[in-house]
Amino acid sequence: MLPAVDVRQAHKRYGSVHALDGVDLSVGQGEFFGLLGPNGAGKTTLINLLAGLAIPDGGQLSILGCDVVKQYRASRRLLGVVPQELVFDPFFSVRETLRLQSGYFGLRRNDAWIDEVMHHLDLTDKADTNMRRLSGGMKRRVLVAQALVHKPPVIVLDEPTAGVDVELRQSLWRFIRQLNRDGHTVLLTTHYLEEAEALCGRIAMLKQGRIVALDSTQNLLNSVAGFRVRLKLAGGLPAALLPQVIEQEDDGCLLALPSYQALEQVLAQLREASVAVHEMALQQADLEDVFLQVVGRA
Amino acid sequence: MLSFQTLFYKEALRVQKVAFQTLLAPVLTALLYLLIFSHVLEQHVEVYPGVRYTAFLIPGLVMMAVLQNAFANSSSSLIQSKITGNIVFVLLAPIAYWEFFLAYTLASVARGLVVGVGVYLAALWFAQPPMQFPLWVVLFALLGSALLGSLGVVAGIWSEKFDQLAGFQNFIIMPLTFLSGVFYSIHSLPAFWQSLSRYNPFFYMIDGFRYGFFGVSDISPWFSLAVVSGCLLVLAGFTLALLKSGYKLRL
Ligand SMILES: Nc1ncnc2c1ncn2[C@@H]1O[C@H](COP(=O)(O)OP(=O)(O)OP(=O)(O)O)[C@@H](O)[C@H]1O
Ligand SMILES: [Mg+2]
Repeated sequence: MLPAVDVRQAHKRYGSVHALDGVDLSVGQGEFFGLLGPNGAGKTTLINLLAGLAIPDGGQLSILGCDVVKQYRASRRLLGVVPQELVFDPFFSVRETLRLQSGYFGLRRNDAWIDEVMHHLDLTDKADTNMRRLSGGMKRRVLVAQALVHKPPVIVLDEPTAGVDVELRQSLWRFIRQLNRDGHTVLLTTHYLEEAEALCGRIAMLKQGRIVALDSTQNLLNSVAGFRVRLKLAGGLPAALLPQVIEQEDDGCLLALPSYQALEQVLAQLREASVAVHEMALQQADLEDVFLQVVGRA
Repeated sequence: MLSFQTLFYKEALRVQKVAFQTLLAPVLTALLYLLIFSHVLEQHVEVYPGVRYTAFLIPGLVMMAVLQNAFANSSSSLIQSKITGNIVFVLLAPIAYWEFFLAYTLASVARGLVVGVGVYLAALWFAQPPMQFPLWVVLFALLGSALLGSLGVVAGIWSEKFDQLAGFQNFIIMPLTFLSGVFYSIHSLPAFWQSLSRYNPFFYMIDGFRYGFFGVSDISPWFSLAVVSGCLLVLAGFTLALLKSGYKLRL
């Protein structure tokens, strides 16, 4: 089966910045794939190359087998992109915007689907409102709707939940999950790691234009220390425990624990140093730990 | 083809939504020129024998409005879309570069012609120039507005800020239109300026256009037609190459 997204040795430079430094990535059809990384890692740049918004300096990228440069019209038809920036055309209403977008994709009578998309994104009563009059979150929904007008088999969402309220976030994910179940491939970037953990089957982590981790979400979670413990102490942390520190705050710290047994050793060391424990909370490792470990280390 | 039609329709819709500014205001401006120049010069100037100055002035003003509005349309639409970022919707779509070119250029032609017709009809109230060869009139209006529409695409893509576009307009378009013989025949200029005018493509557009009205011109309309068509071909080729390369649009 053709990969939904195939990236080979993608390079992109902006002046002295190597925004993408030889990225290899393959996303299978029907996957829910997460692309994570700190600010400036190159996530948007990679999406821009896939969408033809930027031209690669090297490498090949294709959508369902269509080269994004040589077969740009075919590849763009297969791709729906929700851009990261909140952009809109102030001249038009929501419905006009969606009709125009359909027309750009060569679809003449698309109102039934437009109505359905607006319904799922809770935009129906804003259909005839001018884009200028929408709140930020509503503009974001229209961006999502615009990306979906042509029912693209591959959907790319660049931080679609930035600045969006809880309710929409949930209804948006319900809708995207449904599209994914119906066979659409989804590629997602987000800074909300719980979101990625809950939704994505596989995840790639980018840092400074390179992929530093690429695996199933489960394997990534298994790869880090199993637990962590948050402590509030009466005194300073004994030196012997410093290597385990993940986070240090004024009044407490977060330690990595490979296993439950390790907790005994931590407590023993604290007792030995006569440091009293005010508060203790045990937590399961999550994607944030993976992220900090992988991105911090690499 | 539907991509092209939609993009053209979007541009036309945009013009309609701000018709006050895009259609009515330019007609008013042209009428002000007409009012003032004809009032001041009517008694003193007779460019072509037997033609009142006001009547002489009308075709030039009409063409000037056509050209300026064709340029303004594509250039301002593009720079607005670039600055607000909504150009991304067009760039994400499977629109071929030549469809992009045709849509923006033809929308410019349409706006130029609508404004031109508006200026012409309003000006008839002041004086009624004859229209000897309507085909020449239409031909030069079409070619001229396409040329300026295409130039507007280039300017809109090249400019990154509004003041760069304003510079383009103030230092290139305005001087070339004013020095093209809208308000006079180049035969009334000193020799140096006369020969300089011959390097100004706007001169040929105005002169050819005016020929359609009076059947008289500074140069043969066939020559003007050749110059204007040649310029259009070269510029269209350049614009298409620019769009194909993704210059300043696809970073
Ligand atoms: N058009 C551009 N011109 C110059 N530099 C750019 C351009 N676009 C991106 N960059 C640079 O490329 C690098 C990668 O940027 P990119 O937008 O891809 O990051 P990102 O991973 O999407 O970050 P964020 O999480 O903040 O959205 C950054 O250093 C950025 O400054
Ligand atoms: Mg980004």
